[in-house]
Amino acid sequence: MKTFNYHAPKDIKKASKLASTSSAFLAGGMTSIPSMKLGLATYKDIIDIKHIKKLSGIKVSGKSVTIGSTTKHAEVASSKDVQKVIPSLAKLAGGIGDAQVRNRGTVGGSIANNDPSACYPSACMALNAIIHTNNRKIEASKFFKGMFETALKKGELIEAVEFKIPEKSNYQKHPNPASRYAIVGVYIAKYKKEVNVAVTGAKSSVYIDKDLSKALSNSFSSKAIEGMELNSSEMNTDIHASGDFRASLVVTYTKKAVEAC
Amino acid sequence: MTKVNLEVNGKKVSKDVPDHTILSIFLRDNLNLNGTHVGCDTSQCGACVVHVNGKSIKSCSTLAADINGSKVTTIEGLVSDGKMHPMQEAFKKMHGLQCGFCTPGMVMSAIDLLKNKKDPSDTEIREWLEGNICRCTGYQNIVAAVKEAASKM
Repeated sequence: MKTFNYHAPKDIKKASKLASTSSAFLAGGMTSIPSMKLGLATYKDIIDIKHIKKLSGIKVSGKSVTIGSTTKHAEVASSKDVQKVIPSLAKLAGGIGDAQVRNRGTVGGSIANNDPSACYPSACMALNAIIHTNNRKIEASKFFKGMFETALKKGELIEAVEFKIPEKSNYQKHPNPASRYAIVGVYIAKYKKEVNVAVTGAKSSVYIDKDLSKALSNSFSSKAIEGMELNSSEMNTDIHASGDFRASLVVTYTKKAVEAC
Repeated sequence: MTKVNLEVNGKKVSKDVPDHTILSIFLRDNLNLNGTHVGCDTSQCGACVVHVNGKSIKSCSTLAADINGSKVTTIEGLVSDGKMHPMQEAFKKMHGLQCGFCTPGMVMSAIDLLKNKKDPSDTEIREWLEGNICRCTGYQNIVAAVKEAASKM
């Protein structure tokens, strides 16, 4: 791994000041450190944000759950509050990677990286999340821009993610048996007036499947999407699954998620 | 350079190391604690699992500077009064290892499981050990060893 300068600022202002075009914020490091070791990424400065106390913790208000960006997956998975108000979110966090990854990996790191197969981006999309940064609030639908791309600007730091509490929700993942990343992951959330079906792993970035969302908004039952066929032309094809198979998995896992609600 | 102060296996250590020093390297090269193994070196195989402030983590994907001030326990820290830890005894008794390369990580990971869950089911053990890969024995005897340890701890 190439050398860098390590910084551990205690507040957001200092962290932001240290940021440059050749720096990266470090949270759990579960992607960034292996990436640096493999030579896929190099930085002059690594700004560790885990010492900024304000960035960690879980708050439940009447309508939403706000999770600090450096809150670890294991903390979300075991949070009684999250288990009570959005159990599917606790389940999602408890199914990321493995136990040791969940003891280090963070929600902020996951969404800032925006891996096309990561679990958390689907939760953000389905649960109408608002991403709070040190400069602004960004709706999830405007945050995820493409493969490993987000709306974050240089030096912009995610402070927290605010998830809107749904009436019902569920997450179903077809995991890669080695990495536990989603070959396809489907997060559904039912609100008073709408149902969101967010899909990860299937395309180059997380997305809302409009056809499935519309069908389930009209009638929230697995029968409503029985036999639906999705266009697979934009679906990922790799050694694990073809685009056609992924298209089929999306429908199958949406049905599973509806039935589990 | 960063001054890294840690308490490793109950002893205070302080070393000046380059900022990008990885914890597994710090333990092996700077402290000569070679029980922590480096297998895949990309946080998938789990041979490098140690405890930081009581929680299992993969030391190959953690900066030493990042955990400054923490308490670290490695496989070498499990022996007390010359006696093996019950988890180590159980791995020996149940033949939970063959070549032994993955074993330090398996043992450290399994101890963390029993802290969270005193009497885990086979499924819970297998799910917890997802991040620890063994290429010799398969997992039957490893699961049996964790169950044996759970009955003794």
